[in-house]
Amino acid sequence: MPELRTETLTVNMGPQHPSTHGVLRLVLELDGETVLSVLPTIGYLHTGIEKTAERKKWQQVVPLVERMDYLSAHSNSLAYALAVEKLLGLEMPERVSWIRVLLAELQRLNSHLVWLGTHVMDLGATTVMLYTFNERELLLDVNELIAGFRMFPSYVRVGGLREDLPAGFHDAVRHILDRLPGRIDVCEDLLTKNEIFLRRTRGVGALSRADALAWGLVGPIARASGVPYDVRKAFPYCGYETFDFDVPIGAAGDVFDRYAVRVQEMRQSVRLCRQALERIAPRGEYAARDVRVVPPPKDMVYTEMEALIQHFLIHSQGFTVPAGEAYVPVEGPRGEHGCHVVSDGGNRPSRVKMRSPSLLACQAIGKLAVGGLIADIVAVIGSVDVIMGDVDR
Amino acid sequence: MPMDATAVAAVLDRLVPGSGAQALAAIDQPTLVVSADRLAEACRALRDDPALGYTALLDIVGVDRQGAEPRFELSYSLLAADAPARLRVKVRLAGPEPHVGTVTGIWPSAGFLEREVWDLLGVVFDGHPDLRRLLTPDEWEGHPLRKDYPVQIGAPVRTYEPIQVTEEQFAERILKSRRVRGSGTR
Repeated sequence: MPELRTETLTVNMGPQHPSTHGVLRLVLELDGETVLSVLPTIGYLHTGIEKTAERKKWQQVVPLVERMDYLSAHSNSLAYALAVEKLLGLEMPERVSWIRVLLAELQRLNSHLVWLGTHVMDLGATTVMLYTFNERELLLDVNELIAGFRMFPSYVRVGGLREDLPAGFHDAVRHILDRLPGRIDVCEDLLTKNEIFLRRTRGVGALSRADALAWGLVGPIARASGVPYDVRKAFPYCGYETFDFDVPIGAAGDVFDRYAVRVQEMRQSVRLCRQALERIAPRGEYAARDVRVVPPPKDMVYTEMEALIQHFLIHSQGFTVPAGEAYVPVEGPRGEHGCHVVSDGGNRPSRVKMRSPSLLACQAIGKLAVGGLIADIVAVIGSVDVIMGDVDR
Repeated sequence: MPMDATAVAAVLDRLVPGSGAQALAAIDQPTLVVSADRLAEACRALRDDPALGYTALLDIVGVDRQGAEPRFELSYSLLAADAPARLRVKVRLAGPEPHVGTVTGIWPSAGFLEREVWDLLGVVFDGHPDLRRLLTPDEWEGHPLRKDYPVQIGAPVRTYEPIQVTEEQFAERILKSRRVRGSGTR
């Protein structure tokens, strides 16, 4: 009998592929249905934001870094603002921190809703997407209410917030918080005991605890593998240590556990939002009391010479930041978002480096998918929740 | 119990003689500098020593300090998730063609991180298994995050000439690609 000759097949997946959530290209080496190797190729969305930031004044960088990630704009601007505030030595009034916490948790809900809808749609459960996008619309409406912008509110500024909360903010958020737990239940009912969903996710793309750390995947991915690390607990910022919430962790580290952890995180976020909303007065301080950074109120600008000068200086040359460097991590929806800022003492940053969780998650797709079936790659990509803008920056 | 930078530097000096570990003043997290030629050994000790246990490398930040010497500074952002503790390990590299050993053998997460630093700052990581450009196209020239990189505001837009092919050439190429596929060489 003549010897059968076998050879592996190289398949190019992406960059234009509906399940790659953006322009991610994977070069797959296949032996039949089995994946032998995965080579992620990225950079299609690289826009040089970090280079651009070096030409902008400190405050102008906020909208830039927000545009890296359309689902966690707030995490990016918050990490940046906290890092610059650390260099400036600014202390925030409590109300500002509470509002920042509330917006961060609303954003986590927003991001997880989009992730949940698209991830399970990739696996064939189309209905869930319609429910989650319905709820997400309400969260975008809140962004529109506070900032007039649905995706990139740029509401967080260095030194506080852009302006005070608008009328009707509390009612809009309370409305969402009241209906959301029920809607999460509906999605869970459709998925958690769904035989097809379980078969597509249980035991697929499993990652051990040690590997999760070695590949730097801190965030929901590592928590699904049993690493209880959460920036909000480990290195609290914005007063997270005063809130009451749990950090859900998984054990198996497979696609299903990553799903379960994120759904639990949504419930915890609702809990956090409720607590934060209780603490936030409808009107009050929305910025630090520091004349270097925060422009004086408008009525003072119109009536006092010193205030007018200060207003003019802040808006024309910007403020200077003492020389030095600072890194501040925040817990974004995808894991540790961090911002490393270097100042040379001028009115523009010398270097802004965002630590994007998606970059390392993207790198690890190869690790997770090798040895599995080609159909499971779609499940793996969805479960690590990469945003290509955040990968390429 | 998280250690401060001085304590980590002392442990490191004992484990890796000649590491040159020195604590630096920092406002956010423990920071130390090690000598570039002992970086890999120092990192291995930081990961493996039970008292240290920095099992995750989260980021590598490269900074071009044009005008200062040594010109380039890399900050490795380490995390001990259990403690929890953070550490920033710095190496300083002289330009204009800086070299440093890779840490991909210690933390696999360094693969993309080192490629990004090479791509944007031109730091060569000796021993990296796949040191290609990561974010910019393969044929890109220069390293954009260097301070002396020309910022081309107003440079003319480059386009490529459209490919001109006659009908005969087109048919010939189709046939050729079919032959290649049919013979099983690819």
